[in-house]
Amino acid sequence: MQNNGTYNYTVVRQFTVMTVVWGLVGMLVGVLIAAQLIWPELNFDTPWLTYGRLRPLHTNAVIFAFGGSALFATSYYVVQRTCQVRLFSDGLAAFTFWGWQAVIVLAALTLPMGITSGKEYAELEWPIDILITLVWVSYAIVFFGTIARRKTQHIYVANWFFGAYILTIALLHLVNSAAVPVTFWKSYSAYAGVQDAMVQWWYGHNAVGFFLTAGFLGMMYYFIPKQAGRPIYSYRLSVVHFWALIFTYMWAGPHHLHYTALPDWTQSLGMVFSLILLAPSWGGMINGIMTLSGAWHKLRTDPILKFLIVSLSFYGMSTFEGPMMSIKTVNALSHYTDWTIGHVHSGALGWVAMVSIGCLYSLIPRLYGRTSMWSTRLIDWHFWTTTIGIVLYIAAMWIAGVMQGLMWRSTNPDGTLTYTFVEALQATHPFYIVRLCGGALVLAGMFLMIYNVRRTLQERGAHIDQPVMAPA
Amino acid sequence: MDILYLLVPLSVALVFLIGAVLWFALHSGQFDDLEGPALKILADDDRAGKSEPRL
Repeated sequence: MQNNGTYNYTVVRQFTVMTVVWGLVGMLVGVLIAAQLIWPELNFDTPWLTYGRLRPLHTNAVIFAFGGSALFATSYYVVQRTCQVRLFSDGLAAFTFWGWQAVIVLAALTLPMGITSGKEYAELEWPIDILITLVWVSYAIVFFGTIARRKTQHIYVANWFFGAYILTIALLHLVNSAAVPVTFWKSYSAYAGVQDAMVQWWYGHNAVGFFLTAGFLGMMYYFIPKQAGRPIYSYRLSVVHFWALIFTYMWAGPHHLHYTALPDWTQSLGMVFSLILLAPSWGGMINGIMTLSGAWHKLRTDPILKFLIVSLSFYGMSTFEGPMMSIKTVNALSHYTDWTIGHVHSGALGWVAMVSIGCLYSLIPRLYGRTSMWSTRLIDWHFWTTTIGIVLYIAAMWIAGVMQGLMWRSTNPDGTLTYTFVEALQATHPFYIVRLCGGALVLAGMFLMIYNVRRTLQERGAHIDQPVMAPA
Repeated sequence: MDILYLLVPLSVALVFLIGAVLWFALHSGQFDDLEGPALKILADDDRAGKSEPRL
């Protein structure tokens, strides 16, 4: 085959560009629904623009369209560069791109129409679930096929993280999305009641662990050393980090079901495993940040490194906050409040989005034959709008959440509730406005990014795939 | 809680599976050198313009 001499950059470029596009779309929907919580009239009395339908569209767009495309792009790039071999199959790789985009477009059509299986982060109906399965199996074949053909003896640690994420998501999807179809667009879960809830959060939290954590740690372990020009602080720790994380992750899910019909011991088990997770999470965070030890001055001039290092700080923060919130007594206050929303966004915006954006800014010039992005100054602006936006967002949600929790549990001496629900809602109003401002700032940063990317692509000199490096 | 009869054995099976992969990785020498791989990715120069296509 004539392409054997170069890396397959085509599919990496496609996923990279779509990551930026879907990031913008997903965050735009997020800002719209944040505004709807302040001004409900913004649903314009149209069923398909109501909060209940747009919220799953937002979560699917940012997690699977934005985050998913970022994972496809970086895993395909990293596996090729570290194994020093072209992707296993160009055809299958192209199928994963077009198949994944088809899933996203189908989600964007069906969710506003109210077609949903009602399972959080797995709302898509069964025909789309089957397409996801086909794409994912192809992804696994391309990824592990490339590993199998590698020209190096060692498998770089980032690939272990990517590999674990691909296999686990396959298993989670198959178990959680098992359903009985009734019509083409309607199915019912194979599980019922609390059984369904348990499967749902076994899936939901492990998706956080393997899709939103392990995959992005793979990115981190490649792009932080590359961007800093320094080896990872401790390669030994990165290997320990990997095995510790995947051995202990699987049972954190029940902390989403504290004080429900789930058996008490299962809730406690979920809490204990969530607390254990603090150790490997912080091991990875420290390993990434300490990579810069002795080169901290680079943060002054390189906004891409700022994105990457601040993303790890948010990762450390949210992986401390998460185990704390999984403690039953803390959860009694935090559950069902906006604190949870704040926690999710400190992970999703602070960690996942910032590390992805940093990696993309590092990756795009390499993909398009340039030495840097069109404007480094705009990257700096993007960094500050994002950071300030996230801080506004999570601080507002912390205050709102704790306030809601305290107001809901407050009782008068005679045992009646001090506040009605609507009083707590009214008290939350100003914090919803602060949250909207924070979200809008993050969205503004995405507009800067898409402009910067567009200019970089227009100015590109060479559009050639890099040759495979001769094994040393 | 019949579902636990699926999820708990599944987790136990996974732990053994992960253990087996770790065992194979250890014995195939994947972790013999825990310094070199960190430097090797830096030696792979993927910056544009620095390495010309060699065919």
